[in-house]
Amino acid sequence: MRKAMLDALSLPAFILLFTMMGFGSLARGAGFGADMAAIATLFIWGLPGQLAMVELTTTGQGIVAIIFACSLANARFLPMVVSFVPAMSRGRSSLLGRSLDAQLLSINSWAMCLREFPNIDTRFRHRYYITFASCILMAAVMGTLFGYHGAVLLPAAVVLGLIFVSPLFFALVLAAVPGCAQRLSMVLGCATIPVANLLFPSIDLLITGLVGGSLGFAAGKFWKTFDAS
Amino acid sequence: MQAETLWLIVLGCGAATFFWRFLGVVVVRRIDANGAIFQWITCVSYAMVAGLIFRMVIMPESELAGVSLVIRIAAVVIAFAAYFLFRRRLVAGVLAGGVSLSAMVLWFG
Repeated sequence: MRKAMLDALSLPAFILLFTMMGFGSLARGAGFGADMAAIATLFIWGLPGQLAMVELTTTGQGIVAIIFACSLANARFLPMVVSFVPAMSRGRSSLLGRSLDAQLLSINSWAMCLREFPNIDTRFRHRYYITFASCILMAAVMGTLFGYHGAVLLPAAVVLGLIFVSPLFFALVLAAVPGCAQRLSMVLGCATIPVANLLFPSIDLLITGLVGGSLGFAAGKFWKTFDAS
Repeated sequence: MQAETLWLIVLGCGAATFFWRFLGVVVVRRIDANGAIFQWITCVSYAMVAGLIFRMVIMPESELAGVSLVIRIAAVVIAFAAYFLFRRRLVAGVLAGGVSLSAMVLWFG
Protein backbone atom coordinates (compact mmCIF):
# COMPACT_ATOMS: atom_id res chain seq x y z
CA MET A 1 0.00 0.00 0.00
CA ARG A 2 1.41 3.29 -1.06
CA LYS A 3 0.46 5.36 1.97
CA ALA A 4 2.24 2.90 4.27
CA MET A 5 5.45 3.03 2.25
CA LEU A 6 5.35 6.81 2.07
CA ASP A 7 4.67 7.13 5.79
CA ALA A 8 7.52 4.75 6.54
CA LEU A 9 10.02 6.34 4.18
CA SER A 10 9.15 9.91 5.15
CA LEU A 11 10.70 9.64 8.59
CA PRO A 12 10.59 6.40 10.62
CA ALA A 13 12.81 4.48 8.19
CA PHE A 14 15.54 7.11 8.48
CA ILE A 15 15.23 7.30 12.23
CA LEU A 16 15.70 3.53 12.48
CA LEU A 17 18.56 3.62 10.02
CA PHE A 18 20.42 5.98 12.36
CA THR A 19 19.48 4.43 15.69
CA MET A 20 20.41 0.95 14.48
CA MET A 21 23.76 2.31 13.28
CA GLY A 22 24.46 2.95 16.94
CA PHE A 23 23.55 -0.65 17.75
CA GLY A 24 25.71 -1.96 14.88
CA SER A 25 28.83 -0.23 16.09
CA LEU A 26 28.20 -1.33 19.69
CA ALA A 27 27.68 -4.93 18.56
CA ARG A 28 31.01 -4.85 16.79
CA GLY A 29 32.68 -3.53 19.93
CA ALA A 30 31.20 -6.44 21.90
CA GLY A 31 32.69 -9.00 19.49
CA PHE A 32 29.60 -9.97 17.49
CA GLY A 33 29.93 -10.66 13.76
CA ALA A 34 28.18 -8.49 11.18
CA ASP A 35 25.81 -11.36 10.36
CA MET A 36 25.02 -11.83 14.05
CA ALA A 37 24.26 -8.11 14.48
CA ALA A 38 21.93 -8.12 11.46
CA ILE A 39 20.15 -11.28 12.64
CA ALA A 40 19.82 -9.75 16.11
CA THR A 41 17.98 -6.74 14.67
CA LEU A 42 15.83 -9.00 12.52
CA PHE A 43 14.90 -11.53 15.20
CA ILE A 44 14.90 -9.53 18.43
CA TRP A 45 13.55 -6.35 16.83
CA GLY A 46 13.44 -4.35 20.02
CA LEU A 47 16.27 -1.94 20.70
CA PRO A 48 16.24 -1.87 24.53
CA GLY A 49 16.67 -5.65 24.56
CA GLN A 50 19.34 -5.55 21.88
CA LEU A 51 21.28 -2.95 23.87
CA ALA A 52 20.98 -5.03 27.03
CA MET A 53 22.33 -8.02 25.11
CA VAL A 54 25.33 -6.10 23.79
CA GLU A 55 26.13 -4.38 27.09
CA LEU A 56 26.03 -7.56 29.14
CA THR A 57 28.07 -9.45 26.56
CA THR A 58 30.72 -6.71 26.74
CA THR A 59 30.91 -7.05 30.51
CA GLY A 60 31.22 -10.83 30.13
CA GLN A 61 28.02 -12.09 31.80
CA GLY A 62 26.76 -15.65 31.43
CA ILE A 63 24.43 -16.62 28.57
CA VAL A 64 21.39 -17.17 30.79
CA ALA A 65 21.82 -13.79 32.48
CA ILE A 66 22.14 -12.05 29.11
CA ILE A 67 19.06 -13.69 27.63
CA PHE A 68 17.07 -13.00 30.78
CA ALA A 69 18.05 -9.32 30.81
CA CYS A 70 17.20 -8.96 27.11
CA SER A 71 13.84 -10.58 27.71
CA LEU A 72 13.02 -8.26 30.62
CA ALA A 73 14.03 -5.21 28.62
CA ASN A 74 11.59 -6.26 25.88
CA ALA A 75 8.71 -7.37 28.13
CA ARG A 76 6.73 -4.35 26.96
CA PHE A 77 5.80 -6.37 23.85
CA LEU A 78 3.21 -8.32 25.83
CA PRO A 79 0.93 -5.33 26.56
CA MET A 80 1.85 -3.75 23.22
CA VAL A 81 0.66 -6.79 21.26
CA VAL A 82 -2.51 -7.05 23.33
CA SER A 83 -3.43 -3.41 22.76
CA PHE A 84 -2.47 -3.55 19.10
CA VAL A 85 -4.11 -6.67 17.64
CA PRO A 86 -7.76 -5.63 18.16
CA ALA A 87 -7.01 -2.22 16.59
CA MET A 88 -6.30 -3.98 13.30
CA SER A 89 -9.84 -5.40 13.51
CA ARG A 90 -9.82 -7.41 10.29
CA GLY A 91 -6.34 -8.86 10.48
CA ARG A 92 -5.35 -12.50 10.37
CA SER A 93 -6.96 -14.52 13.11
CA SER A 94 -4.95 -17.77 13.17
CA LEU A 95 -2.41 -18.24 15.94
CA LEU A 96 0.45 -18.53 13.45
CA GLY A 97 -0.61 -15.49 11.42
CA ARG A 98 -0.97 -13.38 14.53
CA SER A 99 2.38 -14.56 15.86
CA LEU A 100 4.02 -13.44 12.63
CA ASP A 101 2.27 -10.07 12.92
CA ALA A 102 3.43 -9.80 16.52
CA GLN A 103 7.02 -10.57 15.53
CA LEU A 104 6.99 -7.53 13.20
CA LEU A 105 5.74 -5.16 15.89
CA SER A 106 8.03 -2.42 17.23
CA ILE A 107 7.41 0.86 19.07
CA ASN A 108 7.56 2.68 15.74
CA SER A 109 4.86 0.67 14.01
CA TRP A 110 2.81 0.42 17.20
CA ALA A 111 2.72 4.17 17.76
CA MET A 112 2.40 5.08 14.09
CA CYS A 113 -0.43 2.62 13.38
CA LEU A 114 -2.44 3.51 16.47
CA ARG A 115 -2.15 7.11 15.29
CA GLU A 116 -3.03 6.44 11.65
CA PHE A 117 -5.60 3.62 11.97
CA PRO A 118 -8.58 5.93 12.63
CA ASN A 119 -7.96 7.44 9.18
CA ILE A 120 -7.62 4.07 7.45
CA ASP A 121 -10.45 1.82 6.34
CA THR A 122 -10.55 -1.35 8.47
CA ARG A 123 -10.05 -3.48 5.36
CA PHE A 124 -6.67 -1.94 4.67
CA ARG A 125 -5.27 -1.64 8.20
CA HIS A 126 -3.54 -5.00 8.23
CA ARG A 127 -1.91 -4.36 4.89
CA TYR A 128 -0.85 -0.87 6.00
CA TYR A 129 0.74 -2.31 9.13
CA ILE A 130 2.62 -5.10 7.33
CA THR A 131 3.95 -2.74 4.65
CA PHE A 132 4.98 -0.09 7.15
CA ALA A 133 6.62 -2.56 9.53
CA SER A 134 8.52 -4.37 6.74
CA CYS A 135 9.87 -1.09 5.37
CA ILE A 136 11.24 0.07 8.67
CA LEU A 137 12.60 -3.38 9.53
CA MET A 138 14.59 -3.39 6.28
CA ALA A 139 15.90 0.10 7.07
CA ALA A 140 16.87 -1.08 10.55
CA VAL A 141 18.84 -4.07 9.25
CA MET A 142 20.60 -1.81 6.74
CA GLY A 143 21.39 0.65 9.52
CA THR A 144 22.81 -2.14 11.67
CA LEU A 145 25.18 -3.17 8.87
CA PHE A 146 26.18 0.44 8.08
CA GLY A 147 26.91 1.08 11.72
CA TYR A 148 28.82 -2.17 12.02
CA HIS A 149 31.10 -1.28 9.16
CA GLY A 150 31.41 2.32 10.34
CA ALA A 151 30.07 3.60 7.03
CA VAL A 152 29.73 7.25 7.98
CA LEU A 153 31.74 9.41 10.31
CA LEU A 154 29.72 12.44 11.31
CA PRO A 155 30.59 15.36 13.63
CA ALA A 156 29.69 14.65 17.27
CA ALA A 157 27.03 17.38 17.47
CA VAL A 158 25.22 15.93 14.43
CA VAL A 159 25.34 12.40 15.88
CA LEU A 160 23.77 13.70 19.10
CA GLY A 161 21.01 15.38 17.12
CA LEU A 162 20.34 12.11 15.27
CA ILE A 163 20.19 10.07 18.47
CA PHE A 164 17.80 12.62 19.92
CA VAL A 165 15.44 12.34 16.97
CA SER A 166 14.29 8.87 17.98
CA PRO A 167 12.64 9.64 21.37
CA LEU A 168 11.44 12.94 19.94
CA PHE A 169 9.59 11.15 17.17
CA PHE A 170 7.83 8.79 19.61
CA ALA A 171 6.91 11.70 21.87
CA LEU A 172 5.34 13.63 18.99
CA VAL A 173 3.48 10.59 17.66
CA LEU A 174 2.06 9.77 21.08
CA ALA A 175 1.01 13.38 21.68
CA ALA A 176 -1.86 12.69 19.27
CA VAL A 177 -3.18 9.65 21.18
CA PRO A 178 -6.84 10.00 22.11
CA GLY A 179 -8.52 8.91 25.33
CA CYS A 180 -8.12 10.47 28.76
CA ALA A 181 -7.16 7.18 30.47
CA GLN A 182 -4.39 6.59 27.91
CA ARG A 183 -3.09 10.15 28.24
CA LEU A 184 -3.15 9.98 32.00
CA SER A 185 -1.31 6.67 31.91
CA MET A 186 1.42 8.26 29.83
CA VAL A 187 1.79 11.21 32.20
CA LEU A 188 1.83 8.89 35.20
CA GLY A 189 4.34 6.64 33.42
CA CYS A 190 6.68 9.61 33.04
CA ALA A 191 6.21 10.44 36.72
CA THR A 192 6.89 6.86 37.83
CA ILE A 193 9.96 6.03 35.77
CA PRO A 194 12.52 8.17 37.68
CA VAL A 195 11.58 6.52 40.98
CA ALA A 196 11.37 3.03 39.46
CA ASN A 197 14.72 3.51 37.73
CA LEU A 198 16.32 4.56 41.01
CA LEU A 199 14.90 1.67 43.05
CA PHE A 200 14.76 -1.20 40.52
CA PRO A 201 16.91 -0.28 37.49
CA SER A 202 16.54 -3.65 35.76
CA ILE A 203 12.74 -3.83 35.86
CA ASP A 204 11.96 -0.11 35.89
CA LEU A 205 9.82 -0.25 32.73
CA LEU A 206 7.68 -3.12 34.03
CA ILE A 207 7.03 -1.28 37.28
CA THR A 208 6.34 1.95 35.41
CA GLY A 209 3.80 0.22 33.20
CA LEU A 210 2.01 -1.50 36.06
CA VAL A 211 1.92 1.52 38.38
CA GLY A 212 1.31 4.26 35.80
CA GLY A 213 -1.06 2.17 33.71
CA SER A 214 -3.14 0.93 36.64
CA LEU A 215 -3.47 4.41 38.13
CA GLY A 216 -4.33 5.87 34.71
CA PHE A 217 -6.89 3.13 34.13
CA ALA A 218 -8.47 3.64 37.57
CA ALA A 219 -8.56 7.41 37.10
CA GLY A 220 -10.16 6.99 33.67
CA LYS A 221 -12.87 4.77 35.17
CA PHE A 222 -13.44 7.21 38.02
CA TRP A 223 -13.61 10.09 35.54
CA LYS A 224 -16.34 8.38 33.54
CA THR A 225 -18.52 7.67 36.57
CA PHE A 226 -17.84 11.21 37.67
CA ASP A 227 -18.94 12.53 34.27
CA ALA A 228 -22.07 10.40 34.25
CA SER A 229 -23.27 11.47 37.69
CA MET B 1 33.63 -15.18 23.35
CA GLN B 2 33.36 -17.97 20.78
CA ALA B 3 31.22 -17.57 17.69
CA GLU B 4 28.91 -20.44 18.74
CA THR B 5 28.27 -18.80 22.11
CA LEU B 6 27.52 -15.45 20.48
CA TRP B 7 25.10 -17.06 18.03
CA LEU B 8 23.42 -18.79 20.95
CA ILE B 9 23.05 -15.43 22.70
CA VAL B 10 21.56 -13.76 19.61
CA LEU B 11 19.06 -16.55 18.91
CA GLY B 12 18.25 -16.95 22.60
CA CYS B 13 17.51 -13.24 22.92
CA GLY B 14 15.32 -13.42 19.81
CA ALA B 15 13.36 -16.33 21.28
CA ALA B 16 13.11 -14.63 24.68
CA THR B 17 11.64 -11.51 23.07
CA PHE B 18 9.28 -13.54 20.92
CA PHE B 19 8.04 -15.19 24.14
CA TRP B 20 6.38 -11.88 25.17
CA ARG B 21 4.95 -11.28 21.72
CA PHE B 22 3.49 -14.79 21.63
CA LEU B 23 2.10 -14.41 25.14
CA GLY B 24 0.41 -11.22 23.91
CA VAL B 25 -1.19 -13.13 21.03
CA VAL B 26 -2.43 -15.83 23.41
CA VAL B 27 -3.80 -13.29 25.90
CA VAL B 28 -5.58 -11.29 23.21
CA ARG B 29 -7.52 -14.41 22.14
CA ARG B 30 -8.84 -14.86 25.64
CA ILE B 31 -9.99 -11.38 26.50
CA ASP B 32 -12.81 -9.17 25.28
CA ALA B 33 -11.48 -6.24 23.21
CA ASN B 34 -14.07 -3.95 24.78
CA GLY B 35 -13.66 -5.22 28.33
CA ALA B 36 -11.95 -3.75 31.37
CA ILE B 37 -8.93 -6.08 31.24
CA PHE B 38 -8.14 -5.00 27.71
CA GLN B 39 -8.42 -1.32 28.66
CA TRP B 40 -6.15 -1.88 31.63
CA ILE B 41 -3.47 -3.64 29.54
CA THR B 42 -3.69 -0.83 26.99
CA CYS B 43 -3.08 1.71 29.75
CA VAL B 44 -0.12 -0.36 30.99
CA SER B 45 1.42 -0.39 27.52
CA TYR B 46 1.00 3.37 27.13
CA ALA B 47 2.57 4.01 30.53
CA MET B 48 5.49 1.72 29.66
CA VAL B 49 6.18 3.31 26.31
CA ALA B 50 5.84 6.85 27.71
CA GLY B 51 8.19 5.93 30.54
CA LEU B 52 10.70 4.53 28.06
CA ILE B 53 10.66 7.75 26.01
CA PHE B 54 10.88 9.88 29.14
CA ARG B 55 13.90 7.86 30.27
CA MET B 56 15.57 8.26 26.87
CA VAL B 57 15.25 12.06 27.05
CA ILE B 58 15.62 12.87 30.75
CA MET B 59 17.88 10.05 32.00
CA PRO B 60 19.64 8.75 28.88
CA GLU B 61 22.20 5.98 28.96
CA SER B 62 23.34 6.83 25.42
CA GLU B 63 25.83 9.53 24.40
CA LEU B 64 23.02 12.01 25.07
CA ALA B 65 23.97 11.78 28.76
CA GLY B 66 26.83 14.17 27.92
CA VAL B 67 24.39 16.86 26.78
CA SER B 68 23.08 19.10 29.57
CA LEU B 69 19.50 18.51 30.69
CA VAL B 70 18.58 22.14 29.93
CA ILE B 71 19.56 21.71 26.27
CA ARG B 72 17.62 18.44 25.98
CA ILE B 73 14.47 19.94 27.47
CA ALA B 74 14.81 23.09 25.36
CA ALA B 75 15.06 20.95 22.21
CA VAL B 76 11.90 19.03 23.18
CA VAL B 77 10.02 22.31 23.70
CA ILE B 78 11.24 23.60 20.32
CA ALA B 79 10.19 20.34 18.65
CA PHE B 80 6.65 20.50 20.06
CA ALA B 81 6.37 24.20 19.17
CA ALA B 82 7.38 23.49 15.56
CA TYR B 83 5.05 20.48 15.43
CA PHE B 84 1.99 22.53 16.39
CA LEU B 85 3.11 25.57 14.39
CA PHE B 86 3.32 23.51 11.20
CA ARG B 87 -0.12 21.95 11.60
CA ARG B 88 0.99 18.79 13.37
CA ARG B 89 3.58 17.76 10.81
CA LEU B 90 5.87 15.14 12.38
CA VAL B 91 8.73 15.99 10.04
CA ALA B 92 8.70 19.63 11.13
CA GLY B 93 8.81 18.78 14.82
CA VAL B 94 11.50 16.11 14.51
CA LEU B 95 13.70 18.27 12.27
CA ALA B 96 13.38 21.33 14.50
CA GLY B 97 14.18 19.31 17.62
CA GLY B 98 17.16 17.46 16.13
CA VAL B 99 18.68 20.50 14.47
CA SER B 100 18.20 22.73 17.52
CA LEU B 101 19.84 20.11 19.75
CA SER B 102 22.86 19.90 17.43
CA ALA B 103 23.06 23.71 17.22
CA MET B 104 22.87 24.14 20.99
CA VAL B 105 25.56 21.51 21.51
CA LEU B 106 27.84 23.37 19.08
CA TRP B 107 27.05 26.71 20.72
CA PHE B 108 27.13 25.92 24.42
CA GLY B 109 28.52 22.41 24.68
